Amino acid sequence: MGAYIIRRIFGMLLVLVAVSLIVYLIFIVIPGGDPAQRIAGRTATPANIASIRHKLGLDKHGFTGFFIQWFSLVKQLFTAKLVSYANQTNVVSQIKQGLPATFSLSIGAGIIWMGFGVLVGTISAVKAGRISDRLITAFALIGISLPVAWLGLILRYFLAGERGSPSWFPDGGYVPLTSNPWQWFYHLLLPWFTLAVLFIGFYGRVLRSNILDTINEDFVRTAKAKGLTSRRILVKHVLRASLIPIVTLFGLDFASVLGGGAIITESVYNLHGVGWYAAQSIQSEDLPPLMGVTLYGAMFIVVFTLIVDLAYAYLDPRIRLS
Amino acid sequence: MAERLLEVNDLKVRFATEDGIVQAVSGISFELERGKVLGIVGESGSGKSVTAMTLMGLTRGVNAAFEGEVLYKGTDLLEVSDRDMQEYRGNELGMIFQDPMTSLNPVYRIGEQIVEAIQAHERVDKRTARARTIELLRQVGIPNPDTRVDNFPHEFSGGMRQRAMIAMALSCNPSILIADEPTTALDVTIQAQIVELVSRLKDDFNSAVIFITHDLGVIADIADEIIVMYAGRVVERGSKRDVFYDPQMPYTWGLLGSIPRLDRPRPERLHTIEGSPPSLINLPDGCKFRPRCPHAFEKCKAEPGLENRVETPGHFDRCWLDVEFKRSHRDETISGGSAEAA
Amino acid sequence: MTVLEQASESGSAALLEVRHVKKYFPIRKGLLQREVARVHAVDDVSFAVREGETLGLVGESGCGKSTLGRTVVRLLEPTAGEIIFQGTPIQSLGTRRLRPLRREMQMVFQDPYASLNPRKRVGTIVSDPMRIHDLGSRAEQKRRVAEILETVGLSPEHYNRFPHEFSGGQRQRIGIARALALRPKLIIADEPVSALDVSIQSQMLNLLDELQKEFQLTFVFIAHDLGVVRHVSDRIAVMYLGKIVELSPAEELYTRPIMPYTEALLSAVPIPDPDLAEKRERIVLEGDVPSPINPPSGCRFHPRCRYATDVCRQIEPPLADYGNGHLAACHHPLNVDKATLEQVGVSERHSPAEADQSALPQDTSGRSNPAVAPDTRSR
Repeated sequence: MGAYIIRRIFGMLLVLVAVSLIVYLIFIVIPGGDPAQRIAGRTATPANIASIRHKLGLDKHGFTGFFIQWFSLVKQLFTAKLVSYANQTNVVSQIKQGLPATFSLSIGAGIIWMGFGVLVGTISAVKAGRISDRLITAFALIGISLPVAWLGLILRYFLAGERGSPSWFPDGGYVPLTSNPWQWFYHLLLPWFTLAVLFIGFYGRVLRSNILDTINEDFVRTAKAKGLTSRRILVKHVLRASLIPIVTLFGLDFASVLGGGAIITESVYNLHGVGWYAAQSIQSEDLPPLMGVTLYGAMFIVVFTLIVDLAYAYLDPRIRLS
Repeated sequence: MAERLLEVNDLKVRFATEDGIVQAVSGISFELERGKVLGIVGESGSGKSVTAMTLMGLTRGVNAAFEGEVLYKGTDLLEVSDRDMQEYRGNELGMIFQDPMTSLNPVYRIGEQIVEAIQAHERVDKRTARARTIELLRQVGIPNPDTRVDNFPHEFSGGMRQRAMIAMALSCNPSILIADEPTTALDVTIQAQIVELVSRLKDDFNSAVIFITHDLGVIADIADEIIVMYAGRVVERGSKRDVFYDPQMPYTWGLLGSIPRLDRPRPERLHTIEGSPPSLINLPDGCKFRPRCPHAFEKCKAEPGLENRVETPGHFDRCWLDVEFKRSHRDETISGGSAEAA
Repeated sequence: MTVLEQASESGSAALLEVRHVKKYFPIRKGLLQREVARVHAVDDVSFAVREGETLGLVGESGCGKSTLGRTVVRLLEPTAGEIIFQGTPIQSLGTRRLRPLRREMQMVFQDPYASLNPRKRVGTIVSDPMRIHDLGSRAEQKRRVAEILETVGLSPEHYNRFPHEFSGGQRQRIGIARALALRPKLIIADEPVSALDVSIQSQMLNLLDELQKEFQLTFVFIAHDLGVVRHVSDRIAVMYLGKIVELSPAEELYTRPIMPYTEALLSAVPIPDPDLAEKRERIVLEGDVPSPINPPSGCRFHPRCRYATDVCRQIEPPLADYGNGHLAACHHPLNVDKATLEQVGVSERHSPAEADQSALPQDTSGRSNPAVAPDTRSR
């Protein structure tokens, strides 16, 4: 077990290195990506640019040059010294500032979508073929098909006092939990819902089909033959087996949202989290923040992949980690 | 006379499917007394498993329709509500299945699964239930039961899993143990062990056994009475001796003849029952075995009833053929026809 | 005479020779995934299969019979040893050079439900091998599929159906048709009838028999039931924990088993006759096959053997020839008369523990054959 985790951590580090290389490569390949020009601003003299170029190691060309530049960037990031090309702010401290909003959004939404996903999936599987199942299926498909940006804007338009609509909800923004818990909750309700809708529909559908498969398993028949109550059969035998694949989905989806993946939701509701920061940096084609945000997100993905695998081995004892 | 535990009267089971109505069981009757072993034999699709599952109430569903009676100690189990049926399952009737690998839940320990069965019917605490589980595992012949109780199913071999299933089925001391092809998925060496175990435990637990199989050889040792099923019907029914030594139905001959026998010389060709069982949605007219029967004649276009046609009382069959004709012709089928072609 | 010499001895050439084949599966642990133990699935097995014969390969689950079957056709890579097919050593051939030989060796699997792709039509399943090996035009392939389907007892109209529309027996016919598509010389059938009803089993055994005659096929027939292999086999090899413990002409194995394990296997085969079943002595093998990770010392069968003595725990008995191509590996052979015993020299191997001499069967009359009153008859 210990050896397995150590080996996995090694693998994770390799993945992070690869991710940072790819991000850097993409950046220098796209046009207008020259960092020196960006830092120097519009009115820079060629000499100015050249000196910046030298400072960053950009004057070294070819293969080794690429690696030197990449390495210095990553090193600055990990020593928390990396600054944005566009406005010279520290990348790490910017990400840190975004954490409360992003974590609040993700954890709340995660609880909502997992809870409702399981509820919706179970109900529609138990009532398979009946009207309640068909209604849920229809709603789930609508939920899956709604673009998040559109849904967010519509909700703001109708519920958040935009253009004279009833202002039942605050129109975006983030209130820290520590300063006012109620306002924090109130401000996040719409974003949580917006982000969760897609996942609820999707998880519900996956769980429904898992349950319908599991119900036909021989061990469920055995559970019936033992004389267990239908509720116990459903919860202990059917749901337990059906939830195992959902755990994988949840682990990866939750990691990507925690890692700043809720870019659209954060932008629509003006939540200044990591996703919002990523959106800003993309607009200004600013390499250092993008590198920071990407590695931050990648880190969540690899860590949660490991957690998912460990959880899997716990949930299904037939799986051996090696 | 021993206590009569079960009386099945003209049980019929139909399922509505997309392709039409499946006549899975069309009128089967039998009785079962405490201490007896009833063998039910037939090919896949003969209705033998559906019969067993219906006794347990496991075939209930919106698409299933039942007729007849399943009287367990006088109560008609077909009339019992779903909720009350839970009390019968496991407690009064225990069941084991063909594939012990898939029949045990892979994610729970063997012990947990047996404890769960005990606690479903009796108000006992975990400790007591666990102690009883260990004792049960010992009784079914699992070595080191006090450590094995905490193993997962995948840590058991096939034979041990089936033993654990038997322990689970017997955990609440049911009066009837239903074994649905319990040896089919196992090695021959393990098959012999399981058959012996079932027969021994039947006495230890003072219960009755319904043993379902496609292979008459498996129950030659332990059955008291045998029912041969074909296309959802009983086509022959009698004591073990009747069925093995005086079989009246050409289908039974075929089943006997298909078994490769070590006690006889090797035949040039094994006897087979040509073709395959009929579709239960579209049954042939008359005798259901007619399309595959080498002895079919004009009269078989009408279905024969299940009657006592021989001297022995209690030996029933569904065949129009003359008893003497059958007695003089059946051996060529049972011993594999062209056997003496050497 | 060694196992390998048997083939040439009997006239017709060996189609397949397996020499000292081993297949170990490593068990890896720790940070660097070092090999800490090995599963000895197949442990030094040698045999030969003559052209046109059927070799039955029998043993309990976990004895390595399926692994051996798969190793022989190189679905698994042998750890050591030689596999000679039609005179060519194939144990280390590369994929490309193996390909033409793959046409000649096909497999039929146990589970007719799992071994057919549910999304492909029967016609495609059977013609795929021809397409892969680029045999004939589309039209020819189609004609050939129809022909094969008929040979295995299906109708050409089944061409466009899917596997789920068939019963277990019919699916196994499809599996056999697929194996036949390339007109192979050798078919390895891995428990082809274990999942079927007895009534269908016998159809399938007859079919394999007919196909063998019609196409001069050579079979390796893997099964756990000695009753089933008897009908199809010319010779039978009994495997236990990765080793062949007895190899004999088919009928002789039933009338005169030498290895106690074979005796036990025979006695486990059910007899559909209540009186005989009651009369005969059942040798119930206690427990399961031990773990092939740490096989028992000496004779691997000794922990479950009712004749086992000290010598069995210490020294592994080699396969010895008891005449007439009957080989067995046992310190306490059954059904062998004294003259043969001396000739084979079994007693000499007891020398480290002379005390064991007393355990040797002095006459064979006392040891009865577990299969009831077998009628000796050659085919």
